[in-house]
Amino acid sequence: MTTLDIVQATSTEVSANLLQLRDVTCNYGPERGIQNVSIGVTEGSQVCLLGPSGCGKTTVLRAIAGLQSVSAGSIHIGGREVSGPNLNLPPELRRIGMVFQDHALFPNLTVSENVGAGLRNMDSHNRQRSVRELLGRMGLELHAARYPHELSGGQQQRVALARALAPKPLLLLMDEPFSNLDLDLRERMGQEISDELKVNNITCVIVTHDQNDAFALGDEVGVMSAGAIVQWDTPYNLYHQPVNRFVADFIGNGVFLPGRVISKQAVYTQLSELTRTAALDWPVGTEVEVLIRPDDVVHDPDHTIEATVIRRAFKGAEILYTLKADANTILLALFPSHTNFGVGEKVGVRLEVDHLVAFPRPKGK
Amino acid sequence: MVLGIRRMNSFQNGSHRQPAHFARKRSSWNWDWWTLSSLILAGLAVTPVVSVLYLSLQPSGGIWGHLLETSLPIYITNTLGLMGGVGIWVLVTGLATAWLVTMCRFPGRKLFECLLLFPLAIPAYVMAYAYTDLLEYSGYVQASLRGFFGWENASDYWFPEIRSLGGAISLMGLVLYPYVYLLARSAFLEQSVNILEASRVLGRGPWRTFFAVSLPSARPAISVGLALALMETLNDYGTVDFFAVPTMTAGIIDVWLGMGNLAGGSQIAALMLLFVVLLISLEYFSRRRRRYYQQTASRFRSLPSYQLHGSSALLAIVVCGLPVLAGFILPAIVLARLSAHFFSRSWTPHFQELALNSLLLSITAAVVAVAIALFVNYSRRLRGGPLLTFATRISSLGYAVPGAVLAVGILIPFAVFDNTLDTFFRRQFGISSGLLLSGTVFAILFAYIVRFLTVAVGQIESSLDKVPLSVDMAARTLGYRAGETMIHYHIPLIRGGMLTALIVVFVDCMKELPATLILRPFGFETLATHIYHYASDEMLGEAALGSLTIVAVGVLPVLLLSRFISTSRSAYERVYESEPVR
Repeated sequence: MTTLDIVQATSTEVSANLLQLRDVTCNYGPERGIQNVSIGVTEGSQVCLLGPSGCGKTTVLRAIAGLQSVSAGSIHIGGREVSGPNLNLPPELRRIGMVFQDHALFPNLTVSENVGAGLRNMDSHNRQRSVRELLGRMGLELHAARYPHELSGGQQQRVALARALAPKPLLLLMDEPFSNLDLDLRERMGQEISDELKVNNITCVIVTHDQNDAFALGDEVGVMSAGAIVQWDTPYNLYHQPVNRFVADFIGNGVFLPGRVISKQAVYTQLSELTRTAALDWPVGTEVEVLIRPDDVVHDPDHTIEATVIRRAFKGAEILYTLKADANTILLALFPSHTNFGVGEKVGVRLEVDHLVAFPRPKGK
Repeated sequence: MVLGIRRMNSFQNGSHRQPAHFARKRSSWNWDWWTLSSLILAGLAVTPVVSVLYLSLQPSGGIWGHLLETSLPIYITNTLGLMGGVGIWVLVTGLATAWLVTMCRFPGRKLFECLLLFPLAIPAYVMAYAYTDLLEYSGYVQASLRGFFGWENASDYWFPEIRSLGGAISLMGLVLYPYVYLLARSAFLEQSVNILEASRVLGRGPWRTFFAVSLPSARPAISVGLALALMETLNDYGTVDFFAVPTMTAGIIDVWLGMGNLAGGSQIAALMLLFVVLLISLEYFSRRRRRYYQQTASRFRSLPSYQLHGSSALLAIVVCGLPVLAGFILPAIVLARLSAHFFSRSWTPHFQELALNSLLLSITAAVVAVAIALFVNYSRRLRGGPLLTFATRISSLGYAVPGAVLAVGILIPFAVFDNTLDTFFRRQFGISSGLLLSGTVFAILFAYIVRFLTVAVGQIESSLDKVPLSVDMAARTLGYRAGETMIHYHIPLIRGGMLTALIVVFVDCMKELPATLILRPFGFETLATHIYHYASDEMLGEAALGSLTIVAVGVLPVLLLSRFISTSRSAYERVYESEPVR
């Protein structure tokens, strides 16, 4: 590749993605730093950064916003370099909008003043029109003259979103947007906001530790651990094809069964032989552990495997059973609610693994 | 004298959050601007202390020997005696009253909780003038006694001499005990109820519980209160001068103003810094220790209160009533009576002019101090880092340094500056630049700001910490620059705290005496120096109106403080009042 090729490749990459992080590293305390994070976000797409607390996802968001300087790598927004080792464009010049965990509404301003806070450069007529239009879109017209403390959590959330969107930012950033809301409201707001973003083609980066939020909002999700992105994929693939044990553990429920590779496409476990269409990555004879999701375990009264119910958690439409298949094997199983087994009852089950996921087993396990 | 109110408040608020810093920029001009300006301000604030230290390290010729042979031993003995006496007085009064209002229930307890603060409103020197008027030979008390018993003159009876070391100790103790009272009170309130109850269940009576449990765990807070009270004692000039008790502060002023010997004054000032360092250490280490002692979560649970009846209730009322009566009500009445009597002679254009001087000077100092405090705190919030935290701490050292020491520390560098400039102008242009800094109102202003900056820095720090950092980020991403964010969002959100800081600094400046005496331009008077001069000339009646004015102004921060106490109390009061233990 000639130098010219590299330059061209770089510039097309930049123009294709509205947000581009290239090998971003932040040294920020011994634990909270991030290393070599690269992300590309195309215009109009919503991506989530998902990870346990302390994994560095908020640092990435702060670096994009310009609230955190980077020690290596670069960040481009809309084709313009905004962060680099010797560059840190202040947040107010980056054309981003941000929604915060605590909403951060200005307590001394009314709803419409809050929404209009970022429209200082407009004349008052246009500003009022923009604010009215946004409040209408968010269903907040009736609350325009209220103060933030007079609103419910969901309303505050909508005001925060309206305020961030008002200046028509290139990029919207959301930091744990739903963690202050209760479970019921959370799901509804997730749906509402997802629709709002899609309909208006808003490019958005969302940081969350909750996989349900990430799956509801993200076209693509980056799972982070210890300051690096471990897997960048669609929610479906994250669940069904996790690249390593950390992702498999972090996303969804499941157990690992010890097994051994017995052919190009089959793994032997104590409970049954599991196969997959694509070739396995490991030679025959490799000791592996196989991920069994609760939905891989199917109720089958003709039982190839007989397991004992040791715990049950009623989830409404489904029941999550913890089953003991033999002395060393515990399974999680999600059955429809009409299968009602009590603790101690014997249940016949069968493994139906459509996406065989296996990782080499560490020695001695 | 109300210096340190904010420091006490921060105690009552408990620990406050240390904000994570906002953003570090290595490459923008902005970074340098906020950080550099803050560092320069902090550097200016610490100049006086540094220059006193510098002078003390210079070869002093024969001054030390001379001082040692003559007056220095007397200064030191008096200072130590005064501090010891005041220390014991404030501990006994402060602890007794704090324990009674927090742990016991008796008629008027709630009222006393606030009333006990009022002596803070009266500067010690005003106290001295009022009590001298009351207790001296020609005063009301002795005259009445003579009239009653038919005594002819002083040789007929014995009466304690108010103008003595003992008198100074009593009067300072009367107005300084609220420091210990306030801190001990909040420490008692924060104590773990479980520990107190455990002590009772294990068979200890009220007294043994107090000495074995309450007192030891409140000790760090009490030490802080004591340190603050002793800093004020060290700072006092008006009282010890009037009572002819030559302490080190009096020594500095006598040696400098009386004998014109600046080198001698600065040597004493340097020695005083040693006392200051000890007091700051006492305060600092007590504050650090306090964190380990008081970590109870259920802060507002009911304390095991002792219901007092009959004679014990009466005794509690007397114990709490006496300090209020002697420390505020009595002197206020004396001053009011005197002022009324001498009003026509006191209310002159001259008085109005110097009252205006005080007012303008104090308002300017308060506004500048609050502005600096806002700037330094906001820089720290914006940039963080140990350097700016250090700068904030350094800039608030002034509160511990006695006004007289501070004044010497300002006089010297200002004089050097003026002389250098003057020499330069004479040589270059053949004209004299005169005195630009020293001997001007600017020097007084500088002293006020350095001495009372702590109050403003602390108050604004705690207000600003309550504004979530996400508000900053929200404003920044909405297109506001750092400075605009402060003006549009922070200032409106913390204006209550800023107002409190303004009032407290303003009042402290109104009362300030020793630094003003040393630094004022010739013929320039403030209320404080005015009443000091009349009092020195034994014209207490003429001094009364000025004194009363200062007391009236001094009541302002006390009202703020008592409002704070009653609001912070209401949360636990409900439980407290509904659940008697015995």
